[in-house]
Amino acid sequence: MSQMAKPFFRTVYDVPREEYFAPGHGLCAGCTAGTIVKLLLKVAGPNTIVVNATGCVEVSTTPYPYTSWEVPWIHVAFENTAAVASGIESAIRVMKAKGRLDPSKQINVIALAGDGGTYDIGLQALSGMLERGHKVMYVLYDNEAYMNTGIQRSGSTPEFAWTTTTPVGSVLRGKVQQKKPISDIVAAHKIPYVATANPGYFADMMTKFKKGLETNGPSFVHVIQPCTTGWKFDPRYGIVLSRLATETGIWINWELENEQFRVTVPVPRRKPVRDYIKMQGRFSHLTDQDIEEIQKIVDQEADRINKMVGRTVIGPVVEQ
Amino acid sequence: MEELTKVEWVRLPLSTNYAVAYAAKDADIDIVSAYPITPQTTVVEKLSEFIANGELKAQMIHVESEHSALSAAIGASAMGARAFTATASQGLELMHEVLHIASGLRLPIVMSVAARALSAPISIWGDYTDLMNTRDTSWVVLIAGSAQEAYDSVLQAYKIAEDSRVLLPVMVGYDGFLMSHTYEPVSVLANSGAALRYIPKKVTWATLNPERPITVGAMANPDWYYEIKYQQVEAMKAAYEVVKEADAEYGRTFGRSYGIIEETDTDGSDLNVLTYGGIYGTLLESSEIIRKNGIKAGFARLRLFRPFPYEEVLKLAEKSSALVVLDRAITYGMPIAGPLAREVISVLYSHGINIPVYNFIVGIGQRSFTENDALKVVSASFEMLKRGQKIDESIYWGVRE
Amino acid sequence: MSKALLGWRELKPGGIIEEPGNSSKRLTGDWRTFKPVINQDKCTRCLRCWIVCPEPAISVVDKQYSWPNGRSWKFTVEVNYDYCKGCGMCVEECEPKAIDWVEEVK
Repeated sequence: MSQMAKPFFRTVYDVPREEYFAPGHGLCAGCTAGTIVKLLLKVAGPNTIVVNATGCVEVSTTPYPYTSWEVPWIHVAFENTAAVASGIESAIRVMKAKGRLDPSKQINVIALAGDGGTYDIGLQALSGMLERGHKVMYVLYDNEAYMNTGIQRSGSTPEFAWTTTTPVGSVLRGKVQQKKPISDIVAAHKIPYVATANPGYFADMMTKFKKGLETNGPSFVHVIQPCTTGWKFDPRYGIVLSRLATETGIWINWELENEQFRVTVPVPRRKPVRDYIKMQGRFSHLTDQDIEEIQKIVDQEADRINKMVGRTVIGPVVEQ
Repeated sequence: MEELTKVEWVRLPLSTNYAVAYAAKDADIDIVSAYPITPQTTVVEKLSEFIANGELKAQMIHVESEHSALSAAIGASAMGARAFTATASQGLELMHEVLHIASGLRLPIVMSVAARALSAPISIWGDYTDLMNTRDTSWVVLIAGSAQEAYDSVLQAYKIAEDSRVLLPVMVGYDGFLMSHTYEPVSVLANSGAALRYIPKKVTWATLNPERPITVGAMANPDWYYEIKYQQVEAMKAAYEVVKEADAEYGRTFGRSYGIIEETDTDGSDLNVLTYGGIYGTLLESSEIIRKNGIKAGFARLRLFRPFPYEEVLKLAEKSSALVVLDRAITYGMPIAGPLAREVISVLYSHGINIPVYNFIVGIGQRSFTENDALKVVSASFEMLKRGQKIDESIYWGVRE
Repeated sequence: MSKALLGWRELKPGGIIEEPGNSSKRLTGDWRTFKPVINQDKCTRCLRCWIVCPEPAISVVDKQYSWPNGRSWKFTVEVNYDYCKGCGMCVEECEPKAIDWVEEVK
């Protein structure tokens, strides 16, 4: 094991070749959830149990009698992923104590859910799991709407975004409210490890998965997951858009490890948020003024993060 | 080792809730996952004590809702743990979604239900509306009539649930308050080793094991869903036999068994009364005054609600001039509104038995039902029978105009 | 599907699937309208395409390859067209522009 200060994954050559996520699934072409899950399993390896909430990943990867999972996998319902994971983790602990499982055997328990299953319907079960302190890594793949049911607004959908339940009309133009700060809410539970990640920065993301799995207690990794179908962009740009989210500062990659806050991907010079907005059909109705409003919110968040860190890690917007 | 598995009993004054907790302890459960709700709460309080003082080696998951209680039990059971939960009323309703999933995934979870009325208006008191609402969830539903039977039924429940022919969750119901909170003398095993000879810790179901990865809870399209659900139909049929076997083996091992229907004086009677739960005790108490009033009434108590014991019900009906069915729940919008009465009528009709079935709705929200009420219900039924009268609507006993 | 589907007696209880990763029997290559073609002479083996492929339909194989200039690689990167849905993320990620984007001719 490398020293704690060093990242676990630095280059592609640190990434294991073994795959535990099989092709043939039904995720959309260019679905970045596929990228995230594939890399997640490479980090976790075979001694892993995945609990999956109802959602795109769940339905697309297990069309009976087929499964893309090469590790034990269970889906129970939409809102209870954290509760099911709690049961599994507790069972492992008690069965080890009672000699029914090898106590030396490390089994990773991963809860995997989308934004609907986390921000909204699954929030209560998640909070319970965090408060009880189960050793479970909860991975949230956040595509900012109920994509599986056909792009309905969730608590994660950003302001102004078009969805089928926040359509653009003469009175209302997309979502009225702002995105819920879920990772801050999770962090308020004072669990040992919370991080935000981005598949466009795979080494950073995989390192966070690794740290989450090695945490002695609950951990939470919140991953942005651009959705070609719901955000309306050409599928080839999934990872480009992921990176743009961080390059514009609308998505900041940070971690909170035992109360120590750190921005893991500093952005010395930000691109204007317009670059990110303009790539997505869900924002096609936005006026310059709307984009300015979003820019202001992003600027404020950058300020807040910089103050927390004590120096400028998210720099100013520089037109390139 | 012999000592630890010897069948020896300790007689204790226990509420049914405590009796259930003792049984769960003696079943050496691995996981308790529960949320407080009246009148169930003392079950998990007692289990928490057992864990705290080392009498039970289990993990208590202090979930934040009943929905999570059963969800966590599902996770634990899928890992191969022996899982237990307990609930009542609104808690059972909140679980409802997950009830179907526990059975659909074929996980042998056992749950006790201290049956209670449902909101609104809110009532913490007993009736069976909550339990009856679970009838289509593909759980095996046992209803105990005493604290002793509840203890025995929880042990039998694991025997039934974990039988590889069944692999369905089992619910053990009993009256909220009237049973959950009243004390009776109960014989509990002096050492749980004896219980474990009856229900060995053997994992008979598919589990989440990294050595042999399986996928649990996949999505079934119309090509597959029906066959997987039909398997549950067959599992229920098997459960009907396994419930009897488990009870018979319990009798051989421990000297107590109950059968499917408990009956008193049902042969050669003028009419027979059929019910479930603790109200049977009231009926037996009333038998003397009923007899003094010149009516030969027999009494029967259903111990199994799902799978529905149609054979035993038919046998009872065949020797009855009429059946008086007392129900503690209402199926709103149906003229015959008692859940048990509806099942009885359906079984009788399909077997061409045309005796009067008098359905009385009693004890709703724990409205009192005394020996005197029992006498009046039986007398009224007997009068109708003598007149050859049938009813096409349930009688809402004691409701004020 | 022409093959008769299994009946209830033959299925495992509870709808479990016992064959890990058997979705690989479902070929998704026919979703494609364009396909990525790796130009092995330009590929610098940075493996970015392998990292981002969401299927996964790109694999690293221990197959030696030599560039015309004599530089030799111990491994190559290959696209499995049975599964590649033709999203093009690999094409976008390829810094040396070693992946051509070719229209499928059916």
